[in-house]
Amino acid sequence: MAKKALFTLTLNGEDTEVATAPDATLLETLRDGLGVLSPKRGCNQGVCGACTVLIDGLPVRACLTLTARCEGHDLRTMEGMNSDPVMATLQRHMVESGGVQCGFCTSGMLLSARNLLAETPRPSRETVKSALSGNLCRCTGYRTIVDAVCNAAEELTP
Amino acid sequence: MSLDAPFAGSTVGKPVAKVDSLEKVRGQAQYIADLYRPGMLHGAILASPHPHARILGYDLTAALAAPGVVAIVTGDDVGDGRMGAFIKDEHAIARGKVMYVGEPVAAVAARTEAEARAACRLIEVRYEELPAVLSPEDGLAEDAPILHEHLADYIKVFDAGSQGNLCSRTRLEEGNVDTAWDQCDVIVEGEYTTQAQAHVSMEPCGALAEVDANGRVTLWSANQSVFRVQANVCESLGLPMSQLRSLTPRVGAGFGNKMEPHIQPICVALAIKAQRPVKMILSREEDFEMVRARHPFKVWMKTGARADGTLVARECRVLLDCGAFADDSPGVMGYALLMSGGPYRIPHMRASGQLVYTNKLRFGAFRGFGNPQVLFAGEQQIDQIAEKVGLDAFAMRRKNMLREGDTWFVGPKIASNGLARCLDVVEQAASTPRADGRPRNFGLAVSAHISGLLGTGAIVRMLEDGTISLNTGATDIGQGSDTVLAQICAEELKVPLDRVAVASPDTDGSPYNWGTTASRVTYTTGRAVKAAARAVVDKAMDHAAEMLECPIEDLELREGGRIGRKGANTDLTFAQISGRAHWAAGGPIVGANTLVFDEPTHDPKRAIALGLPFPRIGVFSFAAMGVDVDVDPVSGQVSVHEAWSAADVGRAINPRLVEVQLHGGFVQGLGYALVEEMVWDGARLANPSLMDYKVPTMRDVPDAIHTYIIEDPEPSGPFGAKGAGEIGLNPVVGAVANAVAQATGARHHHLPLSGERVLNGMTGAGG
Repeated sequence: MAKKALFTLTLNGEDTEVATAPDATLLETLRDGLGVLSPKRGCNQGVCGACTVLIDGLPVRACLTLTARCEGHDLRTMEGMNSDPVMATLQRHMVESGGVQCGFCTSGMLLSARNLLAETPRPSRETVKSALSGNLCRCTGYRTIVDAVCNAAEELTP
Repeated sequence: MSLDAPFAGSTVGKPVAKVDSLEKVRGQAQYIADLYRPGMLHGAILASPHPHARILGYDLTAALAAPGVVAIVTGDDVGDGRMGAFIKDEHAIARGKVMYVGEPVAAVAARTEAEARAACRLIEVRYEELPAVLSPEDGLAEDAPILHEHLADYIKVFDAGSQGNLCSRTRLEEGNVDTAWDQCDVIVEGEYTTQAQAHVSMEPCGALAEVDANGRVTLWSANQSVFRVQANVCESLGLPMSQLRSLTPRVGAGFGNKMEPHIQPICVALAIKAQRPVKMILSREEDFEMVRARHPFKVWMKTGARADGTLVARECRVLLDCGAFADDSPGVMGYALLMSGGPYRIPHMRASGQLVYTNKLRFGAFRGFGNPQVLFAGEQQIDQIAEKVGLDAFAMRRKNMLREGDTWFVGPKIASNGLARCLDVVEQAASTPRADGRPRNFGLAVSAHISGLLGTGAIVRMLEDGTISLNTGATDIGQGSDTVLAQICAEELKVPLDRVAVASPDTDGSPYNWGTTASRVTYTTGRAVKAAARAVVDKAMDHAAEMLECPIEDLELREGGRIGRKGANTDLTFAQISGRAHWAAGGPIVGANTLVFDEPTHDPKRAIALGLPFPRIGVFSFAAMGVDVDVDPVSGQVSVHEAWSAADVGRAINPRLVEVQLHGGFVQGLGYALVEEMVWDGARLANPSLMDYKVPTMRDVPDAIHTYIIEDPEPSGPFGAKGAGEIGLNPVVGAVANAVAQATGARHHHLPLSGERVLNGMTGAGG
């Protein structure tokens, strides 16, 4: 086994040291190294979006990102969004709309939506669908998720 | 954030938020991959590179010496135990032979997943390759290599008629089809093929097992039934069921793929050998290659009617690729044949099928369970007959549809049927012109689906403070059964929903539940929950009668969980009653109910049924679906412009959750109709990844999907409810095929309706 390397990550607002394989992906480091479990391994090749995290506010596939390239950047997972009022609004609308079914895609979906609302406070339905099309969901048929994001946007930016 | 408004009367019929919503939006829900145990190892599998080969031996030397490796399991470590829902034909792990490319042939437990996967590559297996069977036709050939040499000796739970590579055969017959064709003025006939579809639950399958000092196993896994997991592991590993406790974390969806076993038996075998906890999580590729998929069907169908459109006769023959093991396949074929007439009065029917072992991964249960495959043929033929006799699609279906009190093919009675109202609402909604002024390319299909099957139970306990614990053993796979069952319980007890805690399924403590499958939990388990809650009310009434010193007849159950004398303001809270029961008199209040669906499928007075896998099946939900499609004249690509999905679910316990079932079912059905297809290159699955296997994204789904809940109460259902899980998927292939025919003038006999196929249909090159 290759010797582990020590990285300092700025994770959810705190500097966090982690020893991991030098070629570990961010998803491996978060889940296996740090016990941060909201990013999910759905495909491990960057298609499904279940491992989405925010790096400097932008949605990124943790399974395609090397841990080594994350030092010095602001990493956010759902665990670090508890005090974010925009996320709280998105979460509430996801709950109310029925956009949560099995929940496996939910964190990634919401983090992509969080970035969308930062860039486009009042997106059209088409814009939502385009921005979130990299997050797969097999349960909802997507309708209730689009509803939730649009309703949250409307409430946040009347 | 509160999930519920303060209690305001009834909870049944209200679109309350799912009880697991908050933990999921906060990223706190724990799925199988999120569980860890002290000293836990990680497991990985070595997959067979051959479709059919004898295993001559293993060399584990290098793998055992690899870093981090603790234990390796092969077929030599498991006995000759075989598991299977209908035919017990499958070992825990390949033993003696491998039967498909991707079949687990060995498994390693190591300190890390990376080490386990690296060690798998060091295992040497010596094989003697055997000729492979890659299609059902090849399997039935006289000189075909035999896949299961000991098929005759396997335990079978129904009259399978197994022989050679024929896994099972089923024949259902009513009336006299052979003479009925003479009464027909119009006959249509065709052959159809449908493709394999992958479930693609967003969560890949996984399991975590540990063994205690007495050798008793605790097993968590992604599943649709902790009880089927327990049965399969114990059958395949020769364990008494009392030696295995099966539990579930949150499940990242199951569409049939997690009902029967995946890697649970292997994970348990590894944990027993390693004497340490072992977790195994499949990669997406492994999940594609070794779990299961929707059966490819070959369907031959012929339908005849009188000149006025009255249906007279239908014959349907199907040929199914079973894959290497029977799994749920006999059930899928039997059910497909039972549904092959559709929800129509057809006096003369014959449906027969053959299920053939091949060297592919096992095909099995997938939302719809054989119904969409036969519907693709049947609903197109209904439209073709309508066209020939000059009826429109709605009139044709209204003229022939089954009504309340009618009998379904071979015998089940239909006690509730809202199909007429489903048709009405779709016709009315779809009659509006398109906003862009273009003519509609409209296609219609109708469907029915059962909810029912087998055993279930519920235990309702009143805790010391009067709040409620509900325990059913039904795994909530994300669709919301915990919420729906809690609503039923709360309604019966007249308590707020947040006073009902739903226990997680546990074979040690939950009553038996066959599984979250067959659209059955709301209907079947809901009945048990309602009856168990009623038993709690009855016991509370007994206490209240003694406490208030009055006859029970004078008492009433009041909202909020109180019992009082009729006409008097004073009452007792459940806390007071339960306190007395716990500490003074009578004992703690527990209500329990178990039941098994026991209405026979087959009425021998009216029909012949040979090899019927489900002797007691269920009650019927109904649906009508319309779609309006656009077809790109250059690429042939089909897109849905608008869709109308109406389903009779008896009573929507939670209308929002029913709507999400209809939306989710529509989109999964749309993927099946238009793009999804598992493709084999010889014996090897060519597209076992989400890069190469396309599922619909947000951009592929039209906004204008309209859902309509029709409520025709089912007399036996809890508050009139029946199933909603599959009925919204079934009709999609039929509606889309009929709309494509309307748009292009070409009938399609092969799924999926890819751009290439549709374009060929338009240019006359054949679909």
